[in-house]
Amino acid sequence: MPDWLIIRTFWELTVTGLALGSIYALVALGYTLVYGVLRLINFAHSEIFMVGTFGALLASSQFLSIPLLEDGNYPYRTGMTLIIFLVFIMLIAMLFSGIGAVVLERVAYRPLRGNGDAFGAIVLAFLTTFIVSLVFVDQAKINVIIALLATAPISYAYMRFFKQGRKAPRLAFLISAIGASTAISEAVGVWSKHGRDQYQTPRLLEKKTLFTMFGTDVRIDYAIVIVGALLMMTALTLFVNKTRLGRGVRAVAQDAETSRILGVNVDLIIIVTFALGGVMAGGAAMLFTLVYDQTRFNIGFILGVKSFTAAVLGGIGNLKGALLGGLLLGLVENYGSAIFGGQWKDVIAFVVLLVVLMFRPTGLLGESLGKARV
Amino acid sequence: MSLVLNFWLRVTALFSGFGEQFRAMNKWQRYSAYGLGVVALYLLPYWPDVPVLGQIVNTPGSQFETVLNDQVVIFVLIALGLNVVVGIAGLLDLGYVGFYAVGAYVTAILTSAHGNLPWLLALPIAVVISMLFGLILGTPTLRLRGDYLAIVTLGFGEIIRLTAKNMDWLGASRGISNIKKPPSMFGLKFGVLDAKPYFYLGLTMVFIVIFILHRLEYSRVGRAWVAIREDEDAAELMGVNTFKFKLWAFTIGAGIGGLAGVHYAGKVGFINPDNFPLQLSILFLAAVVLGGSGNMYGAILGGILVAYMPERLRNFSDKRILVFGIVLVLMMVFRPEGILPKRVGNEHKKRRAKSQEGEVAS
Repeated sequence: MPDWLIIRTFWELTVTGLALGSIYALVALGYTLVYGVLRLINFAHSEIFMVGTFGALLASSQFLSIPLLEDGNYPYRTGMTLIIFLVFIMLIAMLFSGIGAVVLERVAYRPLRGNGDAFGAIVLAFLTTFIVSLVFVDQAKINVIIALLATAPISYAYMRFFKQGRKAPRLAFLISAIGASTAISEAVGVWSKHGRDQYQTPRLLEKKTLFTMFGTDVRIDYAIVIVGALLMMTALTLFVNKTRLGRGVRAVAQDAETSRILGVNVDLIIIVTFALGGVMAGGAAMLFTLVYDQTRFNIGFILGVKSFTAAVLGGIGNLKGALLGGLLLGLVENYGSAIFGGQWKDVIAFVVLLVVLMFRPTGLLGESLGKARV
Repeated sequence: MSLVLNFWLRVTALFSGFGEQFRAMNKWQRYSAYGLGVVALYLLPYWPDVPVLGQIVNTPGSQFETVLNDQVVIFVLIALGLNVVVGIAGLLDLGYVGFYAVGAYVTAILTSAHGNLPWLLALPIAVVISMLFGLILGTPTLRLRGDYLAIVTLGFGEIIRLTAKNMDWLGASRGISNIKKPPSMFGLKFGVLDAKPYFYLGLTMVFIVIFILHRLEYSRVGRAWVAIREDEDAAELMGVNTFKFKLWAFTIGAGIGGLAGVHYAGKVGFINPDNFPLQLSILFLAAVVLGGSGNMYGAILGGILVAYMPERLRNFSDKRILVFGIVLVLMMVFRPEGILPKRVGNEHKKRRAKSQEGEVAS
């Protein structure tokens, strides 16, 4: 038995596990927020994360034009410049993910709730004509032109349809989410510069040891990830608990109908919820590229599944649960792969989930976004 | 728009009229209509050879009969099984590929890797073992509420795949080859190139499954499932042993998934863990919901569409998954109950028809 490995590398595993767990936790917050408010598994949230990683890539390679050098001589930044760069990249990634999440909500979920709006109608009309034109010609530019021409009348027809206000059954939301998830990741896979290949993201900082703890070197990027994630989560918790909009989020989570009657703009709150989840995913995406230096069109899928597992583990709909579940999952995966071998990593994660749910069917901390104890 | 709506109503009216006519026929007329339909289905592999109409179904890049068997029949079988779990009993299962993999792997182990049984003997064993897996997974998890069930089943599918990938006994990532083919019967030879015999075999399986499910759906068990789907608490109060029937649904669904796996393994002769990715589960679910979750014929239609359309639309090959995703969203926005929605009770139907009349008139 190689269980001496886990003892020898325990603290190292703890540090990397916490870093990975913080990323899970940030993504899990998106699942938990949306679930708390809409009782919906936002399956496409993983792709919102993916979009965020591409936002980070774009910010660092295009806006900041940091070159990607093959020989390992990266133009590292230090001090204040580094911090400004990091914050800038993170903001761009958050912007990408936040906008992505809001667009997703308007296009793929809101029409199903029976109050689709013009924006959703236009996007859906564009997509319809686009895929229909794809059957006849396959040249992106021509497709887009045809689609744009036909969008106006079709979106008018769609608006008429939306006016009926038909509500879809619950399962439909999940399928719509799955469809949107597939479409987003495939769109990036088809039309981004290198298509389905892996992208390297430029390195901003030298990954050297920041300090030593329990005989283990704590690398600077791990420290940034853990601290950054904690800061973002604190900000989110403050937002949800202290601000007016946050109170709206809690109210809608508790009882959407009653809060509508009491004057809460439920649609606005739902947009805010998605935006919050998206922003968290964007932050997670930037931290992810910081540690792993890479992204790909399908990078979201497995990470999304894991993060959702983390959210369920902690108790979905519960912000603290997402944090606890994420960190726990990161740690358990790392320790487990040291004991059983790296290839069993994912199996361990799911077995832990199974065991926890058997004894605590609503997760470790229970469901409670609506309750006061968020 | 009202024009379109009107047109649509007329088209549906046409079909409902067809149904009424069909039901009005006497027994022998009905049976001969069924018989004709069945014969037509068995002749499907020859469709591309028909002079003009053949072009319609043409699948560029792969043989039509191969698509029919490897994609369509497998998807239809799985959609039927998953429909029991998701559509009829209302249990959200995102890891259905796990049962499919169990069926295929049991066949592979028994006929090639660790045994020398004939395929025909491996078939019932594999189905029973798949059902056992359903039972083992269902017993602890069916007490969970819907969304937790979704993630647990998702995890199960992934555990099965990773276990197969990491255990040498299961062939690891190399997979298992030389799986035995079904024995020659009724003058059909199950070879490597010709997919037609497999299609006939698969189609027969589909008919048997449809028959069994039809009997189940209209029995006490089926009524219990519908009761659970509509309102679990109410069903429990009325004395339905919800846990038992949920477990039944899960187990039967697992068995059918396993059957599809057996058929798949027998056809391709070689399986590896990459044949059973998590994404496949999602496609399965999409098939059921697209076609009409809760309606067996809807599920069949969904299975056919999800399996066949990507092959038909090969000419924009790298964009077909993208198109598929967008179609799913559009479908859910405009017709969330699927192409063929589930049938509701007669009384309910009449009431709904009345209210719809009112809407059109106003």
